[in-house]
Amino acid sequence: MSTQTLVGEKESGAKPTVVNDFSIQVATINGSGSQSSNSVLMRAIFQMGVPVSGKNLFPSNIQGLPTWFTIRASKDSYIARKRDVDMLVAMNPQTAREDVQSLKPGSAVVYEQSLGLDNVRDDVVFYPVPFAELAKDVIDEPRLRKLLANMIYVGVVGQLLSIEKEEIRAAITKQFKAKAKAVELNVKAINVGFDYAEKKLTKADPLEIERMNETAGKILIDGNAAGALGSMFNGVTVVTWYPITPSSSLVESLIDYMKVYRIDEKTGKATFAVVQAEDELAAIGMVLGAGWAGARSLTSTSGPGISLMSEFVGLGYFAEIPAVIWNIQRVGPSTGLPTRTAQGDVLSTYLLSHGDTKHILLFPSSVAECFEFGGTSFDLAERFQTPVFVMSDLDLGMNIWMSDAFEYPEKPIDRGKVLDAEALAKVDDWGRYKDVDGDGIPHRTLPGTNHPGAAYFTRGSGHNDYAEYTERPEDYEKTMMRLSRKFDTARNAVPGPVLDEVDGAKIGLIGYGTTHWAIVESRDQLRNESDLAASYLRIRALPFNDELEAFVSKYDRVYVIEQNRDAQMLQLIRLELAHRPELLAKLSSVLHFAGHPIDARSVTEELVAQEYPAE
Amino acid sequence: MSTTAKQPPAPPKKVNRLGLAQADYRGKPSTLCKGCGHDSISNQLIKAFYEYGVEPHRVAKLSGIGCSSKTPAYFLSKSHGFNAVHGRMPSVATGAVLANRDLVAVGVSGDGDTASIGIGQFVHLLRRNLPIVYIVENNGVYGLTKGQFSATADLGSKLKTGVVNELPAVDLCGLAVELGATYVARSFAGDPKQVVTLMKGAFGHSGTAVLDIISPCVTFNNHAGSTKSYTWGKENEELIQDVGFVPFFDEIDVDYDEGEAKKVKLHDGSSIILKKLERDYDPTNRRKALELLLDSDEKKQFLTGLIYLDTKKENLIELLDVVDEPLATLPLDRVRPPKSALDDVMESLK
Ligand SMILES: Cc1ncc(C[n+]2csc(CCOP(=O)(O)OP(=O)(O)O)c2C)c(N)n1
Ligand code: SF4
Ligand SMILES: [Mg+2]
Repeated sequence: MSTQTLVGEKESGAKPTVVNDFSIQVATINGSGSQSSNSVLMRAIFQMGVPVSGKNLFPSNIQGLPTWFTIRASKDSYIARKRDVDMLVAMNPQTAREDVQSLKPGSAVVYEQSLGLDNVRDDVVFYPVPFAELAKDVIDEPRLRKLLANMIYVGVVGQLLSIEKEEIRAAITKQFKAKAKAVELNVKAINVGFDYAEKKLTKADPLEIERMNETAGKILIDGNAAGALGSMFNGVTVVTWYPITPSSSLVESLIDYMKVYRIDEKTGKATFAVVQAEDELAAIGMVLGAGWAGARSLTSTSGPGISLMSEFVGLGYFAEIPAVIWNIQRVGPSTGLPTRTAQGDVLSTYLLSHGDTKHILLFPSSVAECFEFGGTSFDLAERFQTPVFVMSDLDLGMNIWMSDAFEYPEKPIDRGKVLDAEALAKVDDWGRYKDVDGDGIPHRTLPGTNHPGAAYFTRGSGHNDYAEYTERPEDYEKTMMRLSRKFDTARNAVPGPVLDEVDGAKIGLIGYGTTHWAIVESRDQLRNESDLAASYLRIRALPFNDELEAFVSKYDRVYVIEQNRDAQMLQLIRLELAHRPELLAKLSSVLHFAGHPIDARSVTEELVAQEYPAE
Repeated sequence: MSTTAKQPPAPPKKVNRLGLAQADYRGKPSTLCKGCGHDSISNQLIKAFYEYGVEPHRVAKLSGIGCSSKTPAYFLSKSHGFNAVHGRMPSVATGAVLANRDLVAVGVSGDGDTASIGIGQFVHLLRRNLPIVYIVENNGVYGLTKGQFSATADLGSKLKTGVVNELPAVDLCGLAVELGATYVARSFAGDPKQVVTLMKGAFGHSGTAVLDIISPCVTFNNHAGSTKSYTWGKENEELIQDVGFVPFFDEIDVDYDEGEAKKVKLHDGSSIILKKLERDYDPTNRRKALELLLDSDEKKQFLTGLIYLDTKKENLIELLDVVDEPLATLPLDRVRPPKSALDDVMESLK
């Protein structure tokens, strides 16, 4: 049934309690200002030492459409989406009835009294609260009243769940920083909610937050801000973008951080340049121009932008120019569901552009990896002189994740094989595309290098070792085979897979990106509920290395778990293992692609169904 | 050896202020059709760079796709070149200049490359006033794809096949003036003296310099009925003014009568000298520039010379207020904030 853990009895009654292991969903209207209330609620729980995660399910709209924010508290530090909601805060008349209908029996509903929801069903616990009325006690101004009604629910929920008032107050202070007036008003609203719940509501649900010590030293951050920080601390200098959800906040965070931390002390001038381009064609063109001239340059986009970049990315591949592109994936095809998450661009990005092209892809699973790959992406792009994609998604990029604090990058950055005038003077017969080291990676020079032999001509048309135009078949084949060799070198230079193998396991799971968190939790469910041990390989990059084949060889059945319809990573794995047909038969899929982040319960059910097919 | 008669001293090699010969500015042999206007423009570029004494290693040559866009291979072999994708050279140039502000960016494009597929990037380049010399080798057709009309072909002009162009032409100079370019000129490949002078003026300028140079395609658009042929150009060219140029390193300061010439100081200290011909025209007046272009369009005149010049407007690099050194090669300690910065950020997220 559910994953709730029943933990002991409350002294007062016979009711079992569910402590620090449930989800609260707040249903509001987009643009109603509920964001700060939700983050205050989440942060208060976090400050009580209880692991949390927050997911915003929002429409592609600025104002007026329904939006849901889900806070998960998990004593076991599970931070994937939890499929079932345990407490609903129903503030949106448009969806309230449907929201209540979708709950499982026994859930709790806090709702705006005037919505009269208590007749919808009789197997959930209802807490009616006259929010609009109560808000009048806090302030006269109608517009602010609406915002404060949202803060009142934080008070009500806080009281019902035994969240410490002091921690809510601290969260408000953090949220509104120095704005004393705002802090005062919001604290007042919280008190109104607390008082109301205390006097008028009788606790009838089992949910409770209890102080723990699991969040000390941890941070709360979204993946886009984490990626921005990783890039800033690893020397990004030229940033271009064209706004698109869910990628915009990566560059917006980067701008905010760099304005503080990347201003030259002596001159007050910027050690970076940011350009909001006219479209994604220009954004990637600028990145390639900057990469060609030697800068660490990135752009951030999502599906439609990736499609537009296709022609230029092929140029980057063929002419061998470093570039970093963050693809914060959203649901396609076409405009798709712009504010929902997916892993639907694996194939199209891997092979982006016409002709024989393939690219290095990185798949961060966590905000910490977004930070880390902020540097790794540049090191690889410059080492391999090629576009590198960081394949995040909306869930990772825009939702709030708990993490250990990020570690300062101590190691120097890798700027790849660049010859300056001095180095060039020592080289005989330099050719821009000559493979002197046998790893497929040539040596490049940067424009502006003061040496008569430094110049070469970059082109997307056929070229030989000396970057001269050619249509000779043998020249073309030579270049293409060297590029292939270079890609092979990349296999063992990209972040390798992370393995977690269990003795005696018969099955293996393969995942990547945000699917990771559902897999972690699902493995525990499989072990605890079905006595099914599963080893796990988490892919962190393409191209694959040999560990993939070794892993698949070891297990009877291997499931590739991903968030798209066409089993895109599985298709690539099949290609990779095509020389071992006996392995192909072991492979199957668990797919999840409705736009909501994947959850453990769905994965577990699907795996159990495939492992134990009904007779 | 001592018996050899005394040789007369070799004539001194002609060199520029850097000690480089004109040959040092040459490129690979051209593969364009013999007589193509684009080759003549490449030759004027070689001459202009040589006479100006630009260090070849500081130049970045950028282009899109087309016969015109091939030409950066045919001049300045000692400069880095970048033949990008069709119509998208402006973005590549923008990135390169952002990465290294010391580069002298020279973009070469065609009328198809700029006025059709690339018009989006072109207008935004103008708007940003990126420091670049942007040359359009304008022949009214797509040379490389064998002679289809381009968007700069004049209304009513005829292809060799007899097909008549029924759409009005895009006026690239008009666009440039309107959208923010700060040095706008039109010229004719058949008038090398003017081409070279306008190029040098553009080198001295700091901002987007657009040179729309009518450059006949001898293979597909040089027949009677074309308004981009050598004959048509020779017969119809009308100079707006007589343009002269005095480089910053030239000691001689020429004096002109205020009434007959105007001298405009450029960013690097060089000057443009504008000698009055028939009309009294002030290229620093934007409104007048647009009026001139509308007027000449109505009268179907082919005016060449300096159309617009603004020496005051900030260019993109100045606007972004970046450090003086190239961003591309800043040392790690200047582009990786200290550990205390990360500690700060982490603390705020706890
Ligand atoms: C995306 C794309 N579409 C079409 C082409 C084919 N193409 C190559 S050059 C060209 C037109 C070039 O015309 P123009 O810029 O006027 O240059 P010209 O050859 O006349 O100098 C076209 C359409 C291409 N290279 N790329
Ligand atoms: S086709 Fe026209 S534009 Fe192209 S090289 Fe020949 S003459 Fe020049
Ligand atoms: Mg043309």
